[in-house]
Amino acid sequence: MTDKTTERSETIEPEDILENIESATIRFAGDSGDGMQLAGTQFTNTTAIFGNDLSTLPDYPAEIRAPAGSLPGVSGFQICFSSKDVKTPGDEPDAMVIMNPAALKVNIKDLQTGGILIVNEDAFKTLNLQKAGFETSPLEDDSLSAYRLIKIPITKLTLNALEKFDLTNKIKERSKNFTALGIIFWLYDRPLEPTVNWVNEKFAKVPEVAKANITALKTGYNFASTTRIFASHYSIKKAKMKAGKYRNITGNEATALGFVTATTLAKIPLVYASYPITPASDILHELAKHKTFGVKTIQAEDEIAAICAAIGASYAGSFGITGTSGPGLALKSEASNLALITELPLVITNVQRGGPSTGLPTKTEQSDLLQAMYGRNGDSPLPILAAATPADCFYMAFEAVRLAIEAMSPVILLSDGYLGSGAEPFAIPNIKDLPKIKIMHHTDPKTFEPYKRDKKSFSRPWAIPGTFGLEHRLGGLEKSDGSGDVSYDPENHQLMTDYRHKKVESLANLIPELEVYGAKSGKLLVLGWGSTFGAISTAVEKEQKNGTDVSSAHLRYINPFPKNLGKVLGSFEKILIPELNMGQLSMIINAKFNLKVIQLNKVHGKPFLIHEIIKKIRLTLEGK
Amino acid sequence: MANKNNGNGATKVKLTKADFTSDNEVRWCPGCGDYSILSQVQKLLPTLGVPKENFVFISGIGCSSRFPYYMDTYGFHSIHGRALPIATGVKVSNPELSVWVITGDGDALSIGGNHFIHALRRNLDINILLFNNRIYGLTKGQYSPTSEFGKVTKSSPYGSVEQPIRPVNLALAAEATFVARSVDRWPHHLSEMIRKAYEHKGTSLVEIYQNCNIFNDGVFSDYTEKDVKDDNTIVLEDGKPLIFGKERDKGIILDGVTPKVVELNDGYSVSDLLVHHEKEESPVMSHILANIEFYGGPVPVGIFRSIDKPRYEEMLIDQMNDTIEKNGKGDIQDLLNSGHTWNVN
Repeated sequence: MTDKTTERSETIEPEDILENIESATIRFAGDSGDGMQLAGTQFTNTTAIFGNDLSTLPDYPAEIRAPAGSLPGVSGFQICFSSKDVKTPGDEPDAMVIMNPAALKVNIKDLQTGGILIVNEDAFKTLNLQKAGFETSPLEDDSLSAYRLIKIPITKLTLNALEKFDLTNKIKERSKNFTALGIIFWLYDRPLEPTVNWVNEKFAKVPEVAKANITALKTGYNFASTTRIFASHYSIKKAKMKAGKYRNITGNEATALGFVTATTLAKIPLVYASYPITPASDILHELAKHKTFGVKTIQAEDEIAAICAAIGASYAGSFGITGTSGPGLALKSEASNLALITELPLVITNVQRGGPSTGLPTKTEQSDLLQAMYGRNGDSPLPILAAATPADCFYMAFEAVRLAIEAMSPVILLSDGYLGSGAEPFAIPNIKDLPKIKIMHHTDPKTFEPYKRDKKSFSRPWAIPGTFGLEHRLGGLEKSDGSGDVSYDPENHQLMTDYRHKKVESLANLIPELEVYGAKSGKLLVLGWGSTFGAISTAVEKEQKNGTDVSSAHLRYINPFPKNLGKVLGSFEKILIPELNMGQLSMIINAKFNLKVIQLNKVHGKPFLIHEIIKKIRLTLEGK
Repeated sequence: MANKNNGNGATKVKLTKADFTSDNEVRWCPGCGDYSILSQVQKLLPTLGVPKENFVFISGIGCSSRFPYYMDTYGFHSIHGRALPIATGVKVSNPELSVWVITGDGDALSIGGNHFIHALRRNLDINILLFNNRIYGLTKGQYSPTSEFGKVTKSSPYGSVEQPIRPVNLALAAEATFVARSVDRWPHHLSEMIRKAYEHKGTSLVEIYQNCNIFNDGVFSDYTEKDVKDDNTIVLEDGKPLIFGKERDKGIILDGVTPKVVELNDGYSVSDLLVHHEKEESPVMSHILANIEFYGGPVPVGIFRSIDKPRYEEMLIDQMNDTIEKNGKGDIQDLLNSGHTWNVN
């Protein structure tokens, strides 16, 4: 916490100290049955409405219900919120809410020294302690002396407050996340109304449960306020954000909205075909709601069927999109090539997760870049885009649709688990400011040849079944330039292969140039792509403030690269590429620009921390 | 490319077989059963009253999957096993199209087996013509998922140790709404089955016994050779008793749940015979018919089952229209502005 100014309120007793701070990072952690994701989401919504900038990181287990109280069953939710610009969910939490011993065991190492540690002491009983591998209660020895430990009987408080409710004890106990939330709301001086409204809406059909949750929320708030168990509480002023209307959005929601927006504005029906897979399923859930926009969703029998249905939809004149995560992209590779050779527009979204194989389904990673670039048979270039932040998913989804139509080609859009389930405020755009997308279905039989190419974009005409006089055959076999007849001619195969490359390369004329943050030349450029944007840009800004000669740039277009990338790379003495993989972008950059970049690689299933990047910047500049 | 049209074109001209014949040279082996099927389809299509531009033929990979190249319609020669999901996307995108899937025993039942089951249970209004030659032809002679147990091929020199899939049984298990079988050498019956498949609203499967004269010649000769075919097959006809035989002197009765072949002059009369009802809601009787071979009976050809059930694409579009009727057409700016929003000034 920085920039502390102490204020004393005149209406409250002198002991109640409200400190103004610039930003805070907090984490809720408990058993997956403890409702920590809900508590985190409610805190996020309230904080967004309150007007802070924020960034969140849900961290939940792969198991739906791992054994209660076990280490694998721990679920966490972290949020960083501030009166200034926030680009990451924060490195080390300032405060943690810990609902059981297992959550303590898993999370405590991340808490800042001197950080606030709120613990539900009711959960620290022999059995739970054993499950978490504690021989004695850490609340009773001095193992937590580095933190400001605050023991609260959250379960008891909840049950006492709900004593007169006509609910079973089991149901009553479930409200304890609201009690914890109430405590945190007081600690960070947040209003209760948004959560009260949400509870009333969500539990409208079970008013007794709604009332119980609200009672628990107020119990926690009042407990914190009246017992003075905290030395002080904190206020974080509204952030100075660009004027406009905002909403809180996750990357997956933003991706879905980007697709609906692009296709609606282009006046083309959207068909989204997908097979459920973590962490991409939320895109399917979101799109399935939007029937009033003519969106058709197909839950296919497998990953291959999903992409094939999307191809069929595009062939018949809709815009086909499929979404998946790494293992699903592998299954879709043959069909992606079918879309590539038949030159049909399509978007394939990959919300990346830890690999290889099933890997770490609920954890984030950026390790499918090479799969997206090269994971198909033959010479098969595809445009590849990568979103930088949860809100940026909206714009890159829109771009993916636009470029797929321009090039008559499948486009791969890379997001990841961190972007997909992480959230941030989204400045809602005015649709009038978005790029125009024009759909041209060929109709004139006199001028029609299936593979007659546009001279500029090298794309072929989109002729859809049902159009009089344009009957033709498409397929996975190599086609003759122009006529589209099956061709085994050697020269023709070379020509068509060249065209497929040129088509992708020519998109460089339709995408923005790479922007450099900081000096346009100098000692060090930190180059990133995808979800590392927040950590990299924050780290570089901090170092720039210290007078360090370092700039950053972020790639959102990976195939083709922005036209000025070579020039940018040539303007710096050293290039550092941090990636959540073992060096995939580095490999592409080294090969294309004949460089030897410096790498920072991490595959912990978690995003970079700001200080990890700062450390590497310093080491690099020191020549280590 | 023919410019005649009987749909939305300016002049209504009667279409002929020639209008559905593309200028691609047909490259199946001389004597292949596929020629007969192609010819029946090209003859049938002009009689259906569908604008030519509304026909779409989608195939996977294999000898049969070359079919779309020979049809002067919209065609999509896709990848191995995946014609059905592509057809699903096409039909969902534009239900006005008449969608035909051309597939083989390897394409539909081996690599595409999963899609086969799911297409049938979803019941989109599409037509599947499954060319079953019980062999891999394009890859030059390996056993297929419908090859007989013990079949000696290049990849099974000591005989196949796999039990064959029976496509009709599999389709009935998936509760397909239209299941039929015909034979490449039975042109009239074949044409009739394809017409019925077209007329059926829902997913129609026609299994066509098709001879591969290079790698599996004569595999269906019991059902195609003049002197034996009538004793080895039984033609299923709706509402009619199950009679067969060259002299039409044999029939099928039901003894408990067991089908039994009886001689009509041997104490049994036509009124004792099982009567076929293709529109029966329950698939149980059609399963029994599909398995009469196990009881020494003949191979049934004709329509096993033809029932009416809602179509996937119609229900999908109905849900959409109902939602639009209830809530109005979506406004994209309103959608973006929805949820918990706040203003920053």
